[in-house]
Amino acid sequence: MSTENTKLYFYPFWLRIWHAINALGIIMLIITGISLQWGIESSFIQFGVAIKIHNISGIILSLNYLLFFVGNIVTKNIRFYLIKPKGFGKRLFKQAQYYTFGMFQGMKSPFPLSEKRKFNPLQKFAYVMVMYLFVPFLIISGFALLFPEIIIDKIYTLSGVLVTSVLHSAAGFLVSVFLIVHLYVASIGKSPVENFKSIITGWHNIH
Amino acid sequence: MSNRKLITILLVFTISSNLLAQSQYDDAKNHTCLKCHASQIIKFQNEVTAKEQKKLMNPYYIIDTLGLKAGVHKSFDCTDCHSYDYSVYPHDGKLKLSPMSSCLDCHGGDPTYATYQFERIDEEFKKSVHFKVSGEDFTCGKCHNQHTYHPTARNSGNVMEIVSYSNSLCLSCHNDMNRYELVSGHENPKIVQIHNWLPNQELHFKHVRCIECHTEVADSLMVSHNILEKELAVRKCAECHNSDSRLKASLYKYTNLQNRNDSTSIGSIFSNESYVIGAQQFPLLKKLSYLIIALTFAGIGVHIFFRYFKK
Repeated sequence: MSTENTKLYFYPFWLRIWHAINALGIIMLIITGISLQWGIESSFIQFGVAIKIHNISGIILSLNYLLFFVGNIVTKNIRFYLIKPKGFGKRLFKQAQYYTFGMFQGMKSPFPLSEKRKFNPLQKFAYVMVMYLFVPFLIISGFALLFPEIIIDKIYTLSGVLVTSVLHSAAGFLVSVFLIVHLYVASIGKSPVENFKSIITGWHNIH
Repeated sequence: MSNRKLITILLVFTISSNLLAQSQYDDAKNHTCLKCHASQIIKFQNEVTAKEQKKLMNPYYIIDTLGLKAGVHKSFDCTDCHSYDYSVYPHDGKLKLSPMSSCLDCHGGDPTYATYQFERIDEEFKKSVHFKVSGEDFTCGKCHNQHTYHPTARNSGNVMEIVSYSNSLCLSCHNDMNRYELVSGHENPKIVQIHNWLPNQELHFKHVRCIECHTEVADSLMVSHNILEKELAVRKCAECHNSDSRLKASLYKYTNLQNRNDSTSIGSIFSNESYVIGAQQFPLLKKLSYLIIALTFAGIGVHIFFRYFKK
């Protein structure tokens, strides 16, 4: 098999549509979310407007998540997210080692991408955590804050609404950190824009 | 003997004699006043027809005996405040026309009650819309039921209980067609309807006292009594949902914050400014988030450096 510029159709159309909506939506949620965190008087987007954009984006993204969830099962794309626990820690460490030292010393990627392996172990771990833990939590807590009457009044001595809002903000913050790292790692390729082109066209170059 | 000393002796005598007698309200059925004023139907001997007669009691004149026994005035007998002539039935019609004792008749100018600041309350009340609308006719009793009164805001550690008690005082008229019209002379506006603009109305009503938005907060007074005209009520979210807000100056200042600051529970770490919107709620989390973001960008920066210069 030639290793020179093999092109693989990595990202099917439905996945690219989902990803594009998700990207735009999450950027809107992060910007408005940060503005809301600044409170009423010092927010850089008018408080009421920020709430509206945040709510609408949240609802659109929740529906979009359904597309991701169902699409992954129907098209069997889910297989790329399944983690084999045996030795996974070691594989994670190997990939992290490659990113932090190996790649500067001319080391070859320990888990080269192929038709059978769309994500390296670190990617897989990060995507599973974000898409199957943090995003569902954000959707559930977000809807709870949209309908605060469904939240229990007190958790120990704390207000239920307060705990929900803090956890929602914390999870949103961690997803924002993920986005920053995600965008940066995506720039690691033959050229910094190569991976960005792939998620638009669907074709991924294997070098 | 000075008048003041005489009054004190009489007062001590009245209170102690009442205390000795346990509570005169224990046996409501045989109490001169309560045998009628604690029931829906009254029976009496009609001296004109010489027959026993039954009548319905005016529901506004029925006393809650359990509340009476639990209230702060439980050791006083009815005639300590109401005219002794009420002991006779049928009551003399003229009794209704003579003015009733006011709270300040006992509580005013007495150092025993200095902490309650009755005179300041009176001063503040005289600036309120209630006084402007009906003057001296708007007695303390219009809101505070002297028969069942107990100082919930002072004694309760449960904010929800304080809120619900405080709001019940307002709603006793503002949600009662007859009592409202008696004072204002017109029909009461519907509370839910006029607060339609308020987001999460139900949640606000459960957790916030009406007076939080409808009074001029006097920092030195525990409960503000200067109820404002509706045009002057708070309508901006930021006045409450911001650090250094008016909420902090009233209810939270005296109960919520105090309780939570005293407690060593985990709640005290989080809940001090829990009503404040925004990251300033928890300075610790805010700092932590800045640190994580700074580390993320620093890591990326170092990585970029090695990518381009150490290849």
